[in-house]
Parts: sequence; structure tokens; C-alpha cells
Amino acid sequence: MADAPAIASGLLPPEAYAANFDDLNPPLDRRAALVEASRCYFCHDAPCIAACPTGIDIPAFIRGIQTDNVKGAALEILEANIMGGACARVCPTEILCEGACVRTAQEGKPVKIGLLQRYATDWLFDRELQPFTREPSTGKRVAVVGAGPAGLACAHALARRGHDVVVLEKRAKGGGLNEYGIAAYKVAHDFAQKEVAFILGIGGIELRTGVELGRDVHLADLRREFDAVFLAIGLGAVNALKVPGEDLAGVLNAVDYIEALRQAEDKAALPVGRDIVVVGGGNTAIDIAVQTRRLGAENVTIVYRRGPAEMSATAHEQEVAQLNGVRIRHWARPVRLLGDGHVRAVEFEYTRLDERGRLAGTGETFHLAADMVFKAIGQLLSPDDLDGAGDGVELGRGKITIDADGTTSLPGVFAGGDAAAHAGQDLTVVAIEDGKRAAAAIHRYLTR
Amino acid sequence: MADLRCQIAGVRSPNPFWLASAPPTDKEYNVVRALRAGWGGVVWKTLGEDPPVVNTTSRYGAIHFRGHRMAGFNNIELITDRPLEVNLQEIKRVKKDWPDRAMIVSLMVPCTEESWKAILERVEWTEADGVELNFGCPHGMSERGMGSAVGQVPEYIEMVVRWCKQHTRMPVFVKLTPNVTNILAPARAARKGGADAVSLINTINSITGVDLDRMAPLPTVNGKGAHGGYCGPAVKPIALCMVGEIAKDPECRGLPISGIGGIETWRDAAEFISLGAGSVQVCTAAMHYGFKIVKDMISGLDNWMDEKGYRSLDDFRGAAARNYTDWGQLDINYEIVAKIDQDLCIKCGLCHIACEDTSHQAIAAIRDNGAKRYEVIDAECVGCNLCLHVCPVEGCITMVPVENGKPYMTWAEDPRNPQNLKAAE
Repeated sequence: MADAPAIASGLLPPEAYAANFDDLNPPLDRRAALVEASRCYFCHDAPCIAACPTGIDIPAFIRGIQTDNVKGAALEILEANIMGGACARVCPTEILCEGACVRTAQEGKPVKIGLLQRYATDWLFDRELQPFTREPSTGKRVAVVGAGPAGLACAHALARRGHDVVVLEKRAKGGGLNEYGIAAYKVAHDFAQKEVAFILGIGGIELRTGVELGRDVHLADLRREFDAVFLAIGLGAVNALKVPGEDLAGVLNAVDYIEALRQAEDKAALPVGRDIVVVGGGNTAIDIAVQTRRLGAENVTIVYRRGPAEMSATAHEQEVAQLNGVRIRHWARPVRLLGDGHVRAVEFEYTRLDERGRLAGTGETFHLAADMVFKAIGQLLSPDDLDGAGDGVELGRGKITIDADGTTSLPGVFAGGDAAAHAGQDLTVVAIEDGKRAAAAIHRYLTR
Repeated sequence: MADLRCQIAGVRSPNPFWLASAPPTDKEYNVVRALRAGWGGVVWKTLGEDPPVVNTTSRYGAIHFRGHRMAGFNNIELITDRPLEVNLQEIKRVKKDWPDRAMIVSLMVPCTEESWKAILERVEWTEADGVELNFGCPHGMSERGMGSAVGQVPEYIEMVVRWCKQHTRMPVFVKLTPNVTNILAPARAARKGGADAVSLINTINSITGVDLDRMAPLPTVNGKGAHGGYCGPAVKPIALCMVGEIAKDPECRGLPISGIGGIETWRDAAEFISLGAGSVQVCTAAMHYGFKIVKDMISGLDNWMDEKGYRSLDDFRGAAARNYTDWGQLDINYEIVAKIDQDLCIKCGLCHIACEDTSHQAIAAIRDNGAKRYEVIDAECVGCNLCLHVCPVEGCITMVPVENGKPYMTWAEDPRNPQNLKAAE
């Protein structure tokens, strides 16, 4: 038994869990918000606006904070981005608005736009104000499949225009990755559910949970029953390592563990290993690594096959991981998972770029002890999720083919979010913009 | 949604935010951009007789106060330097295209009845909503006997206003200069002459600084400087005071006021309106940030009015003017003392040294086992607010009313007043 994998729960004192999964970036109080807002130059044709996928007029909302017109500021945000509260928490601002801020160029210190956006949206949420109203009913009905950011943004915009929306969600709660997939310390205190309630608060949106496309409903039926359909089903499958030993116990999908962690009432009950290896280079890799550290794992190592610049996790995210005691190793790829029923170690091969710039193994290897291995090498659209759809929706590059308005190959069927082959990265804020644009296109389609 | 519609001296606008007569309202191009951005009205930059004036280069000076740019602003620009006919054509076109916005035309011509009569006739042709007599410009034009040279002589104001009222059907606004010892004299003169409203304040005589290398006042024109007109956030307290003075003056009762001076936010506007202003005029803030600032002014005022339950501007107009009184009417028995929240205190000691060196020695600097602690000595505190103002931590120092059971008593009623002592003898 001395060789039993070192997986345990309750490694930390009970009070540590609340602190470890509280806000990573605490909110600004009024004074701090006023000081920060005063740093905004209120630029003309501001680069931060152009850098925001939803095009929030950032200087305008910061002006509202400056003048204590916080309600006006919140509305400025929410008009452009109904999930501005979530985005204030989860956006990689360092590569979006804050990266573009003229103060970044001037002095390397952008205005803290994310925290200011949170200050304004929190103000409205704390007061439980519902600023949005619906236009008169059009009598049109739209089915939205998936209650993540794309689906909810689309549903809200359609409800505003007077259409009735039914949102079908396979999980028990709405919110998508905000509820199930993002690190707990980024969306703390049940914020995701508060935001879902705020969005539904406009009326005209019925959220049906536990309903899965391809299992409980079929696209052909939805097309018959509704005047339009928006597919925002996300990416349901996870890429495999495709190396021997992948089926050993203790080898897990990072997204599954994060989902369990997000839903766990008592984080102390979550089993976590002593030596953890995370394979991948994106935000999911960072999120699982930091969260297992915060559950008490002793050694957490992220291994990525290329260099720091190629990681899709931003430099800021990498820094967060390192500040949390996560070690990041670059230029290595797993070749074998070792164990006897349960994983014990991972064998990696060093990598480099060959003369033609392609990734190649050097033949040299090393081992990392592991009692838990997390796969975080990307997600993909699961064909199962569209199975039974009846009519085939055209796919390209493994995603649903759409045009700039979110129109698919099928009349009356639109798509957006991570499942769609959109132009932007797979970010919450991009999904919201997809939903917003698709809603405009659906509105035109319904009122044509 | 509060109703922000504004009516002053018969002039209507969808909101009280007007652009003041200044460079931003010098031509159709700018004005149309402003109206598109949402401004409720404009006062067109001052027209004069042809040939137009010629301006210097280098026209603006500014006070950048510890990192904040343009806390104060100054200019030596004159009235419009474009031909009268060009301006009139543009004014007519803009008013026709934007009928719901207030269009006021600022005017400044030599002090003869013929000059005023002639220009008024031409402005009437534009169908503008009103005229504003520029008796305020403190630089350049005043050297030619116009602007503040008129505004500083109440008799001239009255005379010119009378001419204008006689020669036009348009409402006449009189723009007052603050470069006087008592603003009531020109305001009363305007009223006596029949003015429909007063606009104030115009800019204040100023030198924004001195170039110590060239030994010349700023802004400098080829080695020399002339005084300019001061405006921007720094002048707001002066403007508020003058607006309040007129609002509470029995002789000016009911005289509509268009408030001007350092207005940058909805809150500034609300303050002017609460002291009695009908509309407010903005220039420096627009010159600093562009016309888009009006959006937050409108939404901020709207949201604040909703929060307070004010449905229209009239619901709170002048509400603070009623509480603007003379020192002699203040309650001499009212007592407050400073209270320091020890949990918020960051031990900077600024409250102590301010009180110790310059006030009433009412904040003790205590060393408790080496730890610093600042405590108010209630018996010594006179409730002056100095510590509150120097404290860098919001909410750390508050002024707490003392329940002393004494009634409201003015100085006139106070037994310590020498007049009363004498009477008691």
C-alpha cells in the first residue's frame, strides 16, 4: 500500500478553501475606481474600443464612473455586451482592451478597464436593477440551443426585439463555461447564476435545462416548431493525447475536473493528487493547474510542447500560474503514461523546431512523477452533439460553417460561439458578440 | 426617465446643455457635429461688424494641476474672424436643419444704437431663437471699447439692452463679465434695460503663468503676453457664487440665468441649476474631450433625477438658492466635531500637522508603544473641516454633529454680539 497513489481530499485547513477560491482580483471600491477612472485619457477613436470584440465604448463608461453616473456606465457596457459583468472577470484584457490602451504604450500601465467594468456592472447587479424592456411581441418564436454566453446573448437581444425565445440547455444550469468551465476564482460567489437570472429577467426567455440536442430534441423538429434556430452548443469533446497509457486511472480531462470543482459545494471533498502533470498550453491548462495547487497539490507542472510565446494562455495567465507555484515546462511532449492500473509517471520527449520550422522530437526523454494527469490540449465539436439533427448542417474545419451574421447552410438556422467557425478566438467575449450579431440577423430574417 | 427639456426666456431645447459662445461654435461644421452628439443648443461664437477681426497665433494658456491637465484654461482669442454674411448663412441653415435645438447668436458691436440695430436685423433673418450680448470678453475687444468695457459699466449695459429690446423681437440674453466687484450691479442694469435673461460668467482676467526663460506671461506671442480670459473647472466656484448672488437678489427675482463656468459633468450642471440656472453653457470641457461628453451629462443628469424623484428640471431649479444666505443668517449654535475612523486611518499625520500648525491644536499625535495614532481632542475642535479636507482617505474623517440642545441662533441674536452686549447694559 506504500505505493498507493497520493490522492487525497481535505488537504488544507477548512477556511483555506473559501480564500483560495475567492476573487483572484478583488473588486475596486468607489475611491479606487475614481482614481483609476481618472487615469483614462478619454481618447478619440479609442483603441480599447476597437480591441473589444463587443465594441463597448470604454471611454464613455469610464466617464460615467468618473462623474458618479455609474448606472449610465453600466448601461453603456450592457448595451454592447449583456454579459459585461462576466467579461469584466474572465476576459484576457491584457490582449484586448488593456493591451490596446494608450497608457500601455505610454508607460506599460494600462487603465484597469476590466476592474472598472466590473465596478460599474456590479453596481447595477448589487441594486438588482432591470434596465431592459421588451418591444411589443412579434409572435415569432426562436429556439436557442445552448445556454452559454453565445446562446444567452442571442436570447436576450431577441427578447428585447419582442421575439419569444426558448433556450435548450443540456446541463442543469445556464451560463455555459461561466458556470462550468472557468476557474472558480475568476467567477466567484455564484456570479454566473446571478448573471443568468439578470438576463432572463427581461422576460420572454424560457430556459429548459436537461434538454440535449440529438438526444431529447432534434434540429428538424426545432426547425418545424420554431421560426428560427440558433445553435450555440459549444465544444463537447476533448482532444486525446493519443499515447500509450491514456486509459490509466488518474488520467483525466481538465474540463471534467473543473466542472466538478465548480459544482462542488464543498471543495475540501475534492480528491487531488500530490504530483500533478498538466498537458497543454491554453487557459484550461492554467486553470486546472492553479486550481489543483489551490486544493493543496504539492507539485503541479504544466508541460507544453512549444515555447512560452506559442502558448495560447496569455503571458499574464502564465504569470498567474507561476505566482501560484505552478511550474511551466516548455518544449516537451508526452510519449507514454506509466503506471500499473493507476498512472505513476509521464514520460516526455524534448521537442524543438526542425530546419523547416516543424515540431520534432529530439529523442531525449525525461520522466515526471504523476498521480494525476490532466489533458488540456483543446476541445472540439462532438459530432454526437449534432447527431440526430436530421438535416445536415455544413461543417468546415471541424466547426459549424457560418457567415459573418452567423447564418449556417440551413435556412433559418444560425450558429455562434465556440461551435461555430467564427473569425475570432474561442473567448467568452467573442461568443457574446456572435450571439449579438446572430440575433440581429435572426431579427432581420424574422421580419423580412 | 426624467424630463430634461429646458425652457429659458422663451427659448426651448431638448436638454439644458448648450455650448457657450466660443471656438467650438464658430462655424456650421463644428456646430452640426455638436448637435449630432446631442447638445441641446449652442450660442454661436460672437459676431461683429465686418471686416472681421484678426487673431494672433498662440491663443490658449492652461493650468495643469499636479497631473490633471487643463484644470484651468485661458484664451486671448477674439470674436469670430469670419465674415458676418458667412456666419449668418450658416446659422440660418443650422437652425432650419435642427429646429428643436436652441440657437442663440452672440453679438458684439460698437456702442452705438445704429450698430446694434443693424446687426439685429440681420440676425433676425436667420430665425435664431435669441441673441446674447457679449459684454464679457475681457481681452482685446475691451481695448476697443466693447466686451467687458461695456459690461463693467452698468449704465452702458442698461442702455444697450434697451436699444436691443427696442429693435428685435428675439429674446435678449446679456452675458456678464465677472471682472467686477459686485455682479449684482451689471445684473440689475441688464434687468432694468429689459433683458430676458443673463448668462454668466464670462472669463476672468488672467495670466496662466510666466515663461521664466523668456520672462513673458503665458500664453506668449513672440516674446510678449497679454492677459486672457480664464475658464475651465478652476473657475466653477466663482461662477456658482455669482449665479447664486443673482438668484437670491430681490431686484433680480425671476430673471432667468444661463449658467456658465467650469461645467464639465452632469453634477456641475445640477449644481448650477439648483442655484437657479435655467440652461447651462459649456466650453472648456468640450475643448478638452470633444462633443461626446454630452452623452454622459444627459444620462448622468437623467439617472440622478430619477434617483431623487425629480421629474423635470423645474422640480429642483433654485432649490439650493433658497438655502444660499448671508453669513449673518447662519446658525451660530450649530456644532460639529471631527471624528477619525481609526480602522481607516493610514497614519499619514496630515490632519495633525494641519491642525497643529495652522488651526486649533485639536488633533493629538500619540505614540502608543511606538505605534502612531491620531486622535481628535473634542474640547479643542472647532469643527472647521480642515482635517477632513487634507485627509487622503475617503470616509476616514467625518464631521459629527454635537447634540448641544441649543436653538438656531443668528449672530444678530447672539448675546456675545457687541450690539447685544451694549443693549444689555
